[in-house]
Amino acid sequence: MSPTDLAAQEQRKTADKQRVVNDFSIQVATVNGSGSQTANMVLLRSILMMGVPVSGKNMFPSNIAGLPTWYTIRASKRGYIARRKEVDFLVAMNAETAKEDVLTLEPGAAVVYDEPLKLSGLRNDVVFYAVPFDKLVGSVCPDAKLRRLVRNMIYDGILARLLGIELSLMERALAKQMGKKAKAVAMNVGALKAGFDYAQTTFTKHDPYAIEPMNETAGKILIEGNAAAAIGCMMAGVTVVAWYPITPSSSLCESLIGYMKKYRIDKETGKATFAVVQAEDEIASLGMVIGASWAGARSMTATAGPGISLMGEFAGLAYYAETPAVIFDVQRVGPSTGLPTRTAQGDLLQAAFLSHGDTKHIMLMPATVEESYTMAMQAFDLAELFQTPVFVMMDLDLGMNNWMSDAFTYPTGPINRGKRLTAEKLKELGEWGRYKDVDGDGIPYRTVPGDNLPAYFTRGSGHNAKGQYSERPDDYVENMDRLARKFDTARAHVPKPVVQLNPEARIGFIGFGTSHFAIEESRDQLVEETRVETSYFRLRGYPFNEDLPAFVDAHERIYIIEQNRDAQMRQLMKLELSPERVSKLRSVLHYSGLPIDARSITDDVLAQEGFEVAKKTVSRVSAGSAGGE
Amino acid sequence: MAPIKVNRIGLEPQVYKGGKTTLCAGCGHNSISERIIDAFYEMGVDPKQVVKLSGIGCSSKSPAYFLGSSHGFNAVHGRMPSVGTGAMIANQKLIAIGISGDGDTGAIGIGQFVHLMRRNLPIIYIIEDNGCYGLTKGQFSPTADVGSTLKTGVVNDLPPIDTCALAVQLGATFVGRSFSGDKKQLLSLLKAALAHRGTVMLDVISPCVTFNDHEGSTKSYAYAKEHDDPVEDMTFVPFFEDISVDYEPGSLQEVTMHDGSKLLLKKLEEDYDPTDKLNAMKRLHESARRGEFATGLIYIEPDRDDFLTQLNIVDEPLAGLPLARTRPGPEALEEIMEGLR
Repeated sequence: MSPTDLAAQEQRKTADKQRVVNDFSIQVATVNGSGSQTANMVLLRSILMMGVPVSGKNMFPSNIAGLPTWYTIRASKRGYIARRKEVDFLVAMNAETAKEDVLTLEPGAAVVYDEPLKLSGLRNDVVFYAVPFDKLVGSVCPDAKLRRLVRNMIYDGILARLLGIELSLMERALAKQMGKKAKAVAMNVGALKAGFDYAQTTFTKHDPYAIEPMNETAGKILIEGNAAAAIGCMMAGVTVVAWYPITPSSSLCESLIGYMKKYRIDKETGKATFAVVQAEDEIASLGMVIGASWAGARSMTATAGPGISLMGEFAGLAYYAETPAVIFDVQRVGPSTGLPTRTAQGDLLQAAFLSHGDTKHIMLMPATVEESYTMAMQAFDLAELFQTPVFVMMDLDLGMNNWMSDAFTYPTGPINRGKRLTAEKLKELGEWGRYKDVDGDGIPYRTVPGDNLPAYFTRGSGHNAKGQYSERPDDYVENMDRLARKFDTARAHVPKPVVQLNPEARIGFIGFGTSHFAIEESRDQLVEETRVETSYFRLRGYPFNEDLPAFVDAHERIYIIEQNRDAQMRQLMKLELSPERVSKLRSVLHYSGLPIDARSITDDVLAQEGFEVAKKTVSRVSAGSAGGE
Repeated sequence: MAPIKVNRIGLEPQVYKGGKTTLCAGCGHNSISERIIDAFYEMGVDPKQVVKLSGIGCSSKSPAYFLGSSHGFNAVHGRMPSVGTGAMIANQKLIAIGISGDGDTGAIGIGQFVHLMRRNLPIIYIIEDNGCYGLTKGQFSPTADVGSTLKTGVVNDLPPIDTCALAVQLGATFVGRSFSGDKKQLLSLLKAALAHRGTVMLDVISPCVTFNDHEGSTKSYAYAKEHDDPVEDMTFVPFFEDISVDYEPGSLQEVTMHDGSKLLLKKLEEDYDPTDKLNAMKRLHESARRGEFATGLIYIEPDRDDFLTQLNIVDEPLAGLPLARTRPGPEALEEIMEGLR
């Protein structure tokens, strides 16, 4: 038996006797389309208002109504906001999955369930609370048509009572969620109270879970990564947006439209300082972005893997003709349609080399909502500075889930519009060539239509330094070498890695994007449970810089943690590291479609390090559910 | 020394020329390039404000052969409309001319073509239509007529796409067809196109001398000359010229363009009203049934808002807005943050 296993068992044993305060996860199982999102957000926000660090993750089907969906909320006094595999408190509202949801719980868990589901006979090692939801909703909502909308709010009331969340905070969270719809707020408050009162008069608490006030969330915000990126785009001064709806990226452009309509309308004329076009497909989206950038606008699109596939040809054109483009890839599970509503980091190789011929692209990898905001701004600077596509590699977990964060700070300093030729510069240079490397950094000067400076003919076909059509071998090689030089220049400009070097550590972790939170928690688990020390290199940009080989050199073994099957980041690193360094690389791979969790990392690393680890448990949602198109 | 000839904005004809053509001698596309040069010179368009766009193919090479001092973008196959759309949104002061081919539009580019027409983006979109893929040595394109043959004798079994009928149906506001050999008609159409605000779609039959100018082709010079079916006799009067035309009452239709220019349309053997959509579709189909092709101004809708107007963007080009106008102030960010707490 392994140390981790022992620790986990020990924890469970004591949990039966002791209260578990601000350190557990709640899972709400409902049918999608039943309006549970408001109830879940109110629960999440009220815990945040209690001052307790919290995170929420939505695991939903690719469907509009009728299929199972789960929402997990994790309260963590230590501030862990990664997904937790184990469920401590289940709210079972979905007849289809209730039985299996209960059977997969660990001993000691608690279940609030819809009375007709008759779940209490299933096990005797979990605590059950039966709630007659239909009866309760009938008394607070006389209009049968509206009951569906408030029914779920009852479980919030029940949980408020059972977990000790202040009802007044829930009411505040509800008001925040619903805005100015007074009638709807009143009806939902009624449902909240009905649940609370029912729990108060009916239940004696037998489970150990409780929320108690802390002071860890003052000033914090709750936001989805897509909305955070949208704010960044607006603050970057984006003017042309072209997009095609695709999960999980749609809410990025939709949030952006919302913000821009509010903050980017010219006060005097009532006209927009931006344009958003819903294109006919992702090919056209990128075509529009390229056209707009070519004409001098800050322009962007957002998509997911299938859209990236379609953009391949245009991405190569933008690389070779050297036009800026900002492309957000909110990654989901592929290949093909894959699992469109589940998360992955599976587009790395595709984005890095998108298009035919020798093509390579800059990638930024935000891990947090705050970085989604700041890197959105950086992406525009880099795209214009390097006159090339820049991919912001987000994922569904980051983009569509609500994350607790410090408030974003207002950007300071000017934006970088890159090397635009001016009349003065032209005078200084004497002669201008569109693709001439004047400064030795591979970055040429450009002009845009309408600027009254020398024009040029932009083309994806072979061209020389003056931008003239050329099939001469020397011209081709010279141009391609300059493009490679430009890419090398970018190494020093993409966001630097965040490195935590631990002098005690023989092994180093490399991670990026949303794996960050699970990695941090796993590092704590490794120290606390097995005294395994680790260093951590959080990658934030591609191409890599000199920090990467230095980090590899400082450790005996490197674990590259990523959310895909084929170790895509490791493959990218293999292309640049020496064979000795490559031999140190190992992988921790997670690709179930669910956000990566700390326990999976810890167990995987310990197994590879030669510890004996208990057989992996498969968490409920990944165990399989029916899905629709 | 004779005074140098200049146009109304003081530019010489030379300014409107481009690089030396690399297309085949006798290619219809070269004639179209010449008419474009004439039209832009005569209308006094500032080449610095023009963007030339194209896809891929012989047609799409031609922007290199006119307006050498304008910016050009030879994009990817069939996707020029999206690049043009982006450029025009970025800077609505620009004048866009896109050159495509029958394959570039009718096959790989049909999706983007359809949506360009729907949006009524201000752009002059020209299809240099020769019914075949010249650059890949003469395969049929989607505008080839049923029964027409390749040089090798292969017969085309599929019905053609009538890009004019499609454009009329989809919402283009200026649709015309012409023949590269008809200098007068093509020049009038191009000048009128420059006076129009909205999508101009011109399908110009432009024979491929190398691969599709034989007997059996319906896109040859000989066939085009014999089967040209003009719907009206057109005179374009630009807003800056004061010309009066004598005509018999009832024989002429006058259309006022966006910039104040006028189109005088003299009726030929039958009544034709290019502002009537149903009539336009009917006439296109009737000519096609006779094995002819209707030419001239097929359809015009001078008053509809173009795409950029619908977007309600500020008057200045978006591309040139300073950061002060595109980055909301700190109070905006604070308001957003407060809403998220």
